[in-house]
Amino acid sequence: MNPLPALVLLPLLGGTVAWLADRSNTANQQPTRNISWRITLMVLTLETVLLLITTFRHHTLPGPWLDHFSIPWIPVMGIAFQLDMDGLSLSLLWLSLILSFPCVLLATRQITTDAGAFHFLFLATLTGIIGTFLATDLFLFFFLWELMLVPMFVLISAWGHEDRHRAAIRFFLFTQGSGLLMLLSILGLVITHYRETGLLTFNYFALANTPLSPFLSMLLMLGFFIAFAVKLPVVPVHVWLPAAHTQAPTAASVLLAGLMLKTGGYGMIRFNLMLFPEAAIRFAPVAMGLGIAGILYGAWLSCAQNDVKRLIAYSSISHMGFVLLGIFTGSNTGLQGAIIQMLAHGLSTGALFIIAGSIQDRLHTRDMAQIGGLWASLPRLSSAGLFFAVASLGMPGLGNFTGEFLVLLATWHVNSIVAALTATGLVLAAIYSLRMVNRIFMAPSRTSPSHAKDFSAGQMTILGALMILLVVLGVHPQPIMTLSMPSPLSAPPLSDGGGDTQ
Amino acid sequence: MPYLLPLLVFFPLASAIFLFVTAGRLSARTVGWVATGAIGLSALCSITLACFFLFSAVPAPIHIILWEWMHTQAFSADIAFTLDPVSLVMILVVTIVGFLIHLYAIRYMEEEPGIARFFGSMTLFVASMLVLVLASDLFCLFIGWEGVGICSYLLIGFWYENPVNTAAARKAFYMTRIGDTAMLCGLLLLATTTGSLHIETLLATLHAGQIGPDVLTAATLFLLIGALAKSAQIPFQTWLPDAMAGPTPTSALIHAATMVTAGIYLIARLHELFTAAPLVMMLTSIIGALTLMMAACTALVQTDLKRILAWSTISQLGYMFLALGTGVWQAALFHLMTHAFFKALLFLTAGALIARLHHEQDIFRMGGLYRTMPGLTVAFLAGASALAGLPLVTSGFYSKEMILSSIWSAHFPLLPGSFPLAHILWGIALTGAFLTSLYIFRCIFIVFFNTHKTESTGSTPRLMAIPLACLSFLSLFGGVIEMPDTLAPIHLFTHFLSAPLPHAEEPVWLLLAGASAPIAGVVIAWVLWGRATPVMQEIPGQATIIRVAKEGWGVDALYAFLFVQPFRFLVWLTRHDVLDYLITGIGRMVRAISSFLEHTRTRFLTLSSGRTTLLLQSGDTLLARVQNGRVRWYAAWIVAGLCAALASGVVP
Repeated sequence: MNPLPALVLLPLLGGTVAWLADRSNTANQQPTRNISWRITLMVLTLETVLLLITTFRHHTLPGPWLDHFSIPWIPVMGIAFQLDMDGLSLSLLWLSLILSFPCVLLATRQITTDAGAFHFLFLATLTGIIGTFLATDLFLFFFLWELMLVPMFVLISAWGHEDRHRAAIRFFLFTQGSGLLMLLSILGLVITHYRETGLLTFNYFALANTPLSPFLSMLLMLGFFIAFAVKLPVVPVHVWLPAAHTQAPTAASVLLAGLMLKTGGYGMIRFNLMLFPEAAIRFAPVAMGLGIAGILYGAWLSCAQNDVKRLIAYSSISHMGFVLLGIFTGSNTGLQGAIIQMLAHGLSTGALFIIAGSIQDRLHTRDMAQIGGLWASLPRLSSAGLFFAVASLGMPGLGNFTGEFLVLLATWHVNSIVAALTATGLVLAAIYSLRMVNRIFMAPSRTSPSHAKDFSAGQMTILGALMILLVVLGVHPQPIMTLSMPSPLSAPPLSDGGGDTQ
Repeated sequence: MPYLLPLLVFFPLASAIFLFVTAGRLSARTVGWVATGAIGLSALCSITLACFFLFSAVPAPIHIILWEWMHTQAFSADIAFTLDPVSLVMILVVTIVGFLIHLYAIRYMEEEPGIARFFGSMTLFVASMLVLVLASDLFCLFIGWEGVGICSYLLIGFWYENPVNTAAARKAFYMTRIGDTAMLCGLLLLATTTGSLHIETLLATLHAGQIGPDVLTAATLFLLIGALAKSAQIPFQTWLPDAMAGPTPTSALIHAATMVTAGIYLIARLHELFTAAPLVMMLTSIIGALTLMMAACTALVQTDLKRILAWSTISQLGYMFLALGTGVWQAALFHLMTHAFFKALLFLTAGALIARLHHEQDIFRMGGLYRTMPGLTVAFLAGASALAGLPLVTSGFYSKEMILSSIWSAHFPLLPGSFPLAHILWGIALTGAFLTSLYIFRCIFIVFFNTHKTESTGSTPRLMAIPLACLSFLSLFGGVIEMPDTLAPIHLFTHFLSAPLPHAEEPVWLLLAGASAPIAGVVIAWVLWGRATPVMQEIPGQATIIRVAKEGWGVDALYAFLFVQPFRFLVWLTRHDVLDYLITGIGRMVRAISSFLEHTRTRFLTLSSGRTTLLLQSGDTLLARVQNGRVRWYAAWIVAGLCAALASGVVP
């Protein structure tokens, strides 16, 4: 019994159950409180068990790929429900689950209006994200890629803050539009493959060997790149992000920043770099330039924000610039740095969004000038905020610095002046992070502490777990680096017709 | 023995974590004793290690690799510790001085509500500092390097209710972060050249001649910038005086005894690398000399007791950089050690004094304190004479004398032999020694003698007095382990470092000059400020030069004008995302154009349909007129038609 399809489908099924339970529950006279929340928690626990099984299962496959699953879906078109897992997928799956727990435990319980639908949409988005990390059939990949957009759109536009509709529509237009370009690229690749070999297939491993002219491969790669660049985001097409992150409800912000951005980075590694290696090398200078622009531009704008969620959103752009830069340095060091940066950014920024959301729940404002110092009234929340802000400024010994250091090291090999320029982003990072700390945590208090309730010991334990993970990523990243390397395409997970198909 | 090294770091780290987790639940006394106990255990470990080193027949450096940080073909780094004489001196200073300061802080900080945060940050600082000192890999060193920076930030901004304090904290962190970024570039350059940041590997690669001179110069220059920023040398000197906003034990531990000396330690540690880059060495010594002179002059006109000490720290660090630049890193390390003793003593005494004077820090509002606080007077006098380097009886004399005498015979390979840079630097250093003695005894005469001005209360608690006594002893007698040859051939310190100074015949007048400069300073200070009717009772604040000097020569204003204001303005200017506007603008434009087109189309359609209807209607009426049902009209039409037809038949 292969756990991969269950991993993908379980959240969706569980979400449906949660929704139905909530509906029947509200129809009853004596509703049990938070039933959908409880079910969601159960689903996540079950999912974790499944992932544990997947991680520690005895892997029979030869080669670096860990697990493989495939059944025909639309055989006429050569489309299959095909999932493959390597170290990169596995580490990102773990990140997804690790972040979902704080999300559900700390943020979604406060949802009172239509909680069932909220949890259904939350889990549906998670299905899309997890599926994206596993799919190796391009059609399935596209399907899941689009699947995560719709529930996220509804989450933002229904449960978001004051300016939610505009933000949601902008988010949808950008991601959907770029998704269409990717679809064109996928179709182009499939048709080229069909013409060359007479075989209609969407299989990633088969398509990887398609002979392409340099022009065509560049064109197809750009189609993929733009879709991923919008998600990552890369600077000129980042404009959907600050609004969406700011307006989304806390749990959706965490999903967006912590996980959804990572699908962009994952896609670049899995598809741009591996399907079109030559085109990627030719494109690398442009991509690296965009990465540096992102690092500096995001950090610069982050220094100017007064809205705390907006500040974190712009800092995300800056951090994801390192990911783009690392991916296109064309070396293993850079790639590993990008992956570590993705994991660390997911943890630190996810936690920061949880904290910003908690502040908004308590004080009903995101304006740093109005929040004032919270240390006196909410010492636990503030100390957690301080820790993650320090992580986000790139403190050595914490995960973000590991990623940044490796990316800079790889960049220095390519061009030392560019790397030195990029390093100035670290000074800007210090400026925006400490500015935030000194305006909302360690500052003269402005609000009366009476109604604000601090984090409980349990909630601090959850955040503490994230802190420990960041420290591990910072001081002992070697095991995770070894684990999370993407498997090379030269070793597909199965020889023709072999492997376990059921 | 090797297992003591991780333990050394473990105790403070564990106590920091414990204090942060239990913040707000323990009593102030418990918090203080937990922290002090942890540092005390570390101090015991380092003393044990020192004994082991001193009494073993062949002391070999201890290496211990805790785990691999990263290991690939292109690059590898370890979390690894090394204990050699250089790092042993440093850990002794850090743990012993740190222990005494913690002991002092138990009483000093007792009333503070955030005491757990204070001691948590202090112990975390000690842990980071020990990582910095023990690291055998530059990457590991960098972890400690930035760790001490963030702890310093937390402690300067300890009283966060006042925005001035947090601004000072941010300023300190930003300025050191600029240096850290330069240092990171240096590390990246070394890592790409040699594939490793392990210090021994680096030095081996250097001796194998595999590092080109350009790369070496660039890398050491980057490291030097990092060291200058951490040690508050020109052009980064402005953050340290502001950092005095933190609690006094913090100023004593971080901003006098240990963290600011990290830059000196880094260069001393990598002295082989720096020696191979003569240009950078020369730059180091010149910057050191300029800084020591500038800071001494600034200290002379300050009125805030803690700021005098801060500028004095910058000046003394300048001496150490001067020594490093001339290649006598042993002397720099020796002065680092004695400076840690006497400057910690001065700060702690100043703290005790200020606490008893209701937080009065202006020296001109103090006076005649020797009558009410004799014990503090003695302690401060001990620290001050060590700082001034009064001959024979103080530790500062021996360490400063070692620097002065070695500068005289320094050699700069880049300059032509006739250019007397070494003599010029020696002159500056000697003038600096005179000024040092002048400003610190100015302070003593104004604060402790003269007329009585302020009411003091209470007495210094015993728990605070014990560390002061210990530090006084160390300040006075901590220097006798190394003496100039002219006095006595005692070279325990350099022997311990197994790096004896090159034996040079020093003229006796050199020693005499070094000894007489501080005495001259004391005498002139007494003439100016010490007598019953002082020549200069109050600083003539009207003189422009003094006002400028008091503000640190306007460097702060210059930086504000050059960097801070433009940055703020540009950030304010671009506070809205331009690209966001661009995209929104394009969207608006598209919408406007499409609505305009739609509008035009609608109007066109309305217009044309209206016209057509009108046309049809009029045609309709016309035709309707024809069919009016009157037979006469019809007959007339027929006749007219007939006529027309006939006419058309006839005419052609």
